[in-house]
Amino acid sequence: MKPVSGDRWRGVVERTWRPAALLATCLAIWHLITVSGLVEAYLVPSPSKTFQLLVDKWSYLWGHTWVTTYETILGFVIAGILGVLVAVAMVYSRTIESTAYPLLLFAQVIPKIAIAPLFVVWLGFGFEPKVVVAVLMAFFPVVISTVTGLKSVDTEMLELSATMGGGPIKTFVKIRFPAALPHLFAGLKVAVTLAVTGAVVGEFVGSNEGLGYVILQANGNMDTPMLFAGLIVISVVGILLFLLLDLAEQLMLPWHSSRRGAAVTTLLAKGGT
Amino acid sequence: MSTVGMSVTLGTTTSAVAIDDVSVRFQSKRTEVTAIGQVSLDVAPGEFVSIVGPSGCGKSTLLKLVSGLLKPSSGSVTLLGEEVRGPRHDIGFVFQRAALLEWRSARKNILLQAEMRGMNAAEAGKRADELIEMTGLAGFENALPHELSGGMQQRVALCRALLHQPRVLLMDEPFGALDALTREQMNVELHRVWRETGTTVLLVTHSIAESVYLANRVIVLTQRPAVVKEVIEVDLPAERDYSATMARAEFAAATAHIRDLLGAVTGHD
Repeated sequence: MKPVSGDRWRGVVERTWRPAALLATCLAIWHLITVSGLVEAYLVPSPSKTFQLLVDKWSYLWGHTWVTTYETILGFVIAGILGVLVAVAMVYSRTIESTAYPLLLFAQVIPKIAIAPLFVVWLGFGFEPKVVVAVLMAFFPVVISTVTGLKSVDTEMLELSATMGGGPIKTFVKIRFPAALPHLFAGLKVAVTLAVTGAVVGEFVGSNEGLGYVILQANGNMDTPMLFAGLIVISVVGILLFLLLDLAEQLMLPWHSSRRGAAVTTLLAKGGT
Repeated sequence: MSTVGMSVTLGTTTSAVAIDDVSVRFQSKRTEVTAIGQVSLDVAPGEFVSIVGPSGCGKSTLLKLVSGLLKPSSGSVTLLGEEVRGPRHDIGFVFQRAALLEWRSARKNILLQAEMRGMNAAEAGKRADELIEMTGLAGFENALPHELSGGMQQRVALCRALLHQPRVLLMDEPFGALDALTREQMNVELHRVWRETGTTVLLVTHSIAESVYLANRVIVLTQRPAVVKEVIEVDLPAERDYSATMARAEFAAATAHIRDLLGAVTGHD
């Protein structure tokens, strides 16, 4: 039942031409604004100038991109593991749930940018405070989605499991956790984009490398082309990490993906909100 | 009365299921609801017993008591000679919804039973293949649940419930969500499977025809709080061809009688 390659490519084209057209339109409008003279060139650089800079300064940008990506991934992984563990504890213990929930909510509503300086004071100018901010940003959606996923299991399925005598560990491994995976992935996809934001916010507060540093430097020098270039690279990092998770989801949960539609569709659905 | 040879000779052995003066009360916010009044019921090994009653009368609660998923407020339930004190593992359970794991193929869903119990994998695989053959699932072993029709899904659930060769099979409206034609086919297959395995079956159903066609005895419950209104011995041959059975006078009489009883009990208030 493999589609012939011609059909397959037609499918890819059908799914991608709309977002591609939208992107092209945005670039065209950006271009028109800069050539029209409505806005001064030093305020909004033209797309061509920005992309030229991306090419020219690639080796400079690449080093900083790697730093931010590293902080993002580290923060995301830590948040993912911690989030799942906390969610499991909360689902299996009423006491833990009622005790931890207010603290969790507090950690979520407190503005990360406001506490980031504190982490710089505590942890210095290295990568650690950035990772901590990324963890704080990404943690909450993972916990919430995992709790929802673990609670979404059929009571009938759990009753059945009780009559099969598998015990709580087998029930978790074979029934509850796999059933929660679609929810978990939804949370992870939100989390990874927030982790990027967290890393950049951390860099804003105090650093000498990373894309947040690049943007701050460009800002200080009124170097708007570099500022735009930095923003574009940050977005690309976020989108690539998101797509990577989407791909992982499709590979790990083919039973779920096949019922849900293609990756690009979800990207648009999520990105649009 | 019964012409079914199986249940006649079993009088001296212990019951497969013995429900003894059981009652169930649920505590809601302000009031106490009695779901089941005093109910007693003995089911002989190998017997097929159908339970019918008005909606919400506690039929399903009765099965949960037998499986140990629920504790009675008073009275006791004995399963295979041993009092039920917690979830029992020596039964098979089929729900109205197939309750399949959607990431597992039909065969792997059946084998979940074996994995949870730590059964020998080779033996379980062989048994699963036999059941797949018996229930007409051959060719669909590797299909995922969402690729299967409702009837096929329920066949998978039945195979899963039978994998460990339980001596008692509990079925809670297993065919309630199926269309009429599929339901008849499933009735015929369940009848055959029961005859081949010799398992004791407790079936909760809303279909009067189904309850009579399949069972040795039909238990008619009253409205909540449920008590046994009447026990009907089904006077039909052991070998039951579907159409021929439907056409029999005994079948018509039994279904009419049950319909009267249900009409009478629902007409109370």
